[in-house]
This record gives sequence, C-alpha cells and structure tokens, in this order.
Amino acid sequence: MAEPMGFYTDTTVCIGCKSCEVACKEWNQLPSTNGGVNTLSGDSYDNTRRLDGTHWRHVKFIEQFTEDRKDGRWLLMSDVCKHCVHAACLEVCPTGAITRTEFDTVVIQSDTCNGCRDCIAACPFGVIETNPVSGVAQKCTLCYDRLQVGMEPACSKACPTQSIQFGTIKDLHDRAEKRVEQLHQGGEKRAYLYGADEKMLGGLNSFYLLVDKPEVYGLPPDPKMPTRNLASSSWFSALGAVLVGLIGIFNFRNRGASEREETRP
Amino acid sequence: MNGVPSSTFFSAPPDWGWLITLYFFFGGLAGGSYFLASLIDLFGRPEDRPLSHLGYYIAFPCVVLSGLLLTLDLGRPERFWHMLIESNTFRPMFKPWSPISIGSWALLIFGIFAFISFLGALADAKRIPWAAWRKVHPPSLLGRFIAAIGGIFGFYVSGYTGVLLAVTNRPIWSDTPLLGLLFIVSAASTSAALMILLAKKSSWTMPGLLDLQRMDACVIPLELIVLIAVMVSLGPVLRAWLNVWGLLLLFGVIGLGMLLPLALYWRSGKRGEHNMTTTAALVLVGNFILRLVIVFSAQGV
Repeated sequence: MAEPMGFYTDTTVCIGCKSCEVACKEWNQLPSTNGGVNTLSGDSYDNTRRLDGTHWRHVKFIEQFTEDRKDGRWLLMSDVCKHCVHAACLEVCPTGAITRTEFDTVVIQSDTCNGCRDCIAACPFGVIETNPVSGVAQKCTLCYDRLQVGMEPACSKACPTQSIQFGTIKDLHDRAEKRVEQLHQGGEKRAYLYGADEKMLGGLNSFYLLVDKPEVYGLPPDPKMPTRNLASSSWFSALGAVLVGLIGIFNFRNRGASEREETRP
Repeated sequence: MNGVPSSTFFSAPPDWGWLITLYFFFGGLAGGSYFLASLIDLFGRPEDRPLSHLGYYIAFPCVVLSGLLLTLDLGRPERFWHMLIESNTFRPMFKPWSPISIGSWALLIFGIFAFISFLGALADAKRIPWAAWRKVHPPSLLGRFIAAIGGIFGFYVSGYTGVLLAVTNRPIWSDTPLLGLLFIVSAASTSAALMILLAKKSSWTMPGLLDLQRMDACVIPLELIVLIAVMVSLGPVLRAWLNVWGLLLLFGVIGLGMLLPLALYWRSGKRGEHNMTTTAALVLVGNFILRLVIVFSAQGV
C-alpha cells in the first residue's frame, strides 16, 4: 500500500477565487451549469451553495461583520470530502461500492453504486449527493485517477495560494502544526487544526486549519460513526419483539383459559 | 452549538420520500401480519385458522410490494441485485453491520417464507387444489417450524427499518435508539388492525377476532409509551418537531391513531362490535402518519 495521502487546507490563506472548484469540474468532467440553477444564491459570493453529486469542491464564504460593517472579517474555506479514516459512508454502503484505496482515500465506484442513498444520510459532513445524470451517489475521489499515475489532485494543483495542500498525511501534519505555531506566535491565537487528530473519526485525511468554531464553517463539532446506534437499537427492537410476542401469546392463551372456565359445569 | 442541538444537523438529507414511507408501512404490515398469523397458528385454536390464513394472505402481497417500492426508489433500479451479489466478483454481498445489507437478505428470506406460507394457507383453505402444500402449513411439524422461523423473520423485517434510520447521521433518526422498537410495536398494532378490518369486511365471526382486538388494545398503549420514550430520548433535538410534523404526530398519530381507537374500544366494551371497523381503520391511518412523520420530518432539517 502506498503511503496515506490527503489534503491540508489552510483556510487563513484562501482568497475565495474558486480555482479549485473549476479545476475539479474540468478534470472530473462535471457540468459547469450548476445543475441548471441560474439564479444567484444571495448568500455572499457563494453560488455553489453546497457539496453534492456535481459539486465536489465548495468554497464557503462566511462574513463576520458588525452591523455598520466598519469592522469584521471574511472566513473562506474550500470544503471537500474529508476522506475519513473511519468513514461513515463506507461503513453503511450495502453494495460495496464505497471502497478505501491504496492511498487511504475513500472512493465511490459509480458502476457498482445503485443509488440507495444510505451513504448520504450516514456522512456526518453532508458531503455526498446523487449525481442526477448517473443516478448514483458521487463525491470527491481525491483524484484517484491522477494519484495512480503520480499526479497531484486537480484542486490543489490549481490553488494559487497553497490554501489547499496535497501530500502524505505525515508530511501534511508536520506542515500544519508548524503553521499553527507560526500563527499563534503572530498573535492569531484562535488558529487550530480540525480533524488532524485521530480522535475525530480516526483522523480526517482532509483536515483543516480554522480560526473559529467548527460550526461557524458548517462543520460538525463532534462527528460520529453511524454504527454507534447499531447495538442499542437492535437490543431495543428485540425487546419490542419479545414484548409484543408475550402480549400476543397472553391474549390467545388467555382466551383459551377463560373459555374453558366458562364452559366448566 | 451555533443554534443546533446535535452534530447530526450537519448531514445531508437522503431524499427518502413517499416510496420509502410506503415501504415502511407495507413492510411493517407484511412482517406483522405474518407474525400474528404464526402466533395464531402456534398458540391459537383450530377454529381461528381462517384468521391465520388471512395473515398469510396479507403478508405475501405486501412483501412483494415492499420489494418493488424499494427497487423503484433506487437511483439505478436495474442494479437492485447489487445489494445481494457483489457486482464485480459475483460473490454474496453481506455486511452484517449495515442494516440495509442485512435487511435486504432478511427481506429476501422472509419473502420466500411468506410465499411458502401463502401457498400453504391457500391449500389449507382448499382455495387451490394442491393438497401437498398443506404439509407446509400448521399443524404439521414442518408447518409449525416454517411459521416459527418465518414469524421471527417477519418481526425482523418490520423492525430493522427503524434500526436502519438510527444507523445514519440524520437528526431525529440517529438521535434516538428507539425507532426500531417503535416500528415493531407499530407493525404489530397496524397488522392486527388490518386483519380485523379485512375479517369484518368478509363478515367472518371467528372467536380469535376478539382476541386480536384485545391484543391491539394492549399494544396501542405500549406504542404510546414507546413514542413518548422516543420523544424523551430525543432531548433537545425534539425541537425539530416543533412544526407541522409535531402537530401531525400529536393529533394524527397520538390523537387519531391511538387515543381515539382506545376510547372507542373501552367505551364499547365487549358488546360494541360495530366499532371494530372504525377502530381498526383509525389505527391504520394513525400508523401510516407515524411513518410519514418519521421519514419526512428528518428530511427538512
């Protein structure tokens, strides 16, 4: 197996140019027509709106300004599939369409997926959606086809500010930690890494440097695996089956007993 | 947490809509009817056998309909078999920790049991001339074995859908471990109601009918308790129901589908057989609304 690869996204240097979105769409031959939506979202400069089956990169624009707009800041973040080490989508996929590659990334094989959409409900980040053309679930592949021939993913290649960096996870962690340290020394004490730690779903192979709470960026503060509910749910269901079974047996048996009593001389 | 009560609020809705709601309803009816029929066969009296036949007559068409609904809901219906067979290796596809995977197999196996018991019931009622099929129907040992195993699969099919919803990251669905329990109890109540309704339509007067109604009168309060437990277990997420879905739950499910049928049952006592049809119809409608609310209310948040 090749070394685990991924993205480190430093949101502090993102300028919101959306080169990553364009490069992603070009390389992966995704429609540029925004699914036929020609209206503006009205939400800052964001007309991509969200990650889905035809948008595998999404630059988020978060405006934090005072009422009079004299003071404030932009938070910009290029969102993408997190390629979780413990991936919720992969865990629930009933067809085996979602696999882990030799680069430790998570890929949906569109010729196997049958569009049941369980992965969409399972992903804690809301990354996956159905592609209306193929009818199956699709998302970022971390350019698996490019990785296989030794190239880097289209988005990080196109990023002009090195906000999106590609490399081995180990190398990216080192780079990210140095950057956090640099920011702290420079006075930006709010900087921290989101998802670099193994505590979050075993580690996100696409992790972020953020300067505000995760939920401000639309990221879950505490993403969990869907199977956390499997055992408790199953046991409660079994309890239900036993209860209903007993009620049934009691009622049918009971009638027999009471009828016998009635017919007794 | 920036205005949301749980980390589940950052996931995306899978667009499971009417087809899945109908599947949850008919899948519950299939499993529940089979289970009740097997219970009547195994523990009831011989004169109740037409009632157990009715359960099998409901179960098989409902399980076929369930399979169709699930297939139609897929983005690529022609690939439905990918749930069971790995499409590139042609080996069995089975992931015991994925409720959809295990549920697909359970539905297939239950479908086979439902088919066998359907033919067995037809033969037992002498509606088809194949006397040999009576061997697969109780009271024969083979028939009792089939009824027992099929009944367990029936219960599985009616409950796993709730577990399936819990094993996601959607609000409401994955914020309580009790939906499987709720669906199982609801399936039993709904199936008893449909069996009562169809038996009354056919003007049958077998003694087991009253037992079935009495059983439903015990299951409905249990369902109400479970539904309240679901609400309590949701904690702060409960506010996702502070809208039209919550109103439907309160008036459509609890009022119309639980309290009113119970009131009708208790008021009529043992005499009011004329109320049986109304009561059963209310239970059916209420439990359909329950599945509707559970499926749709988690889509919009």
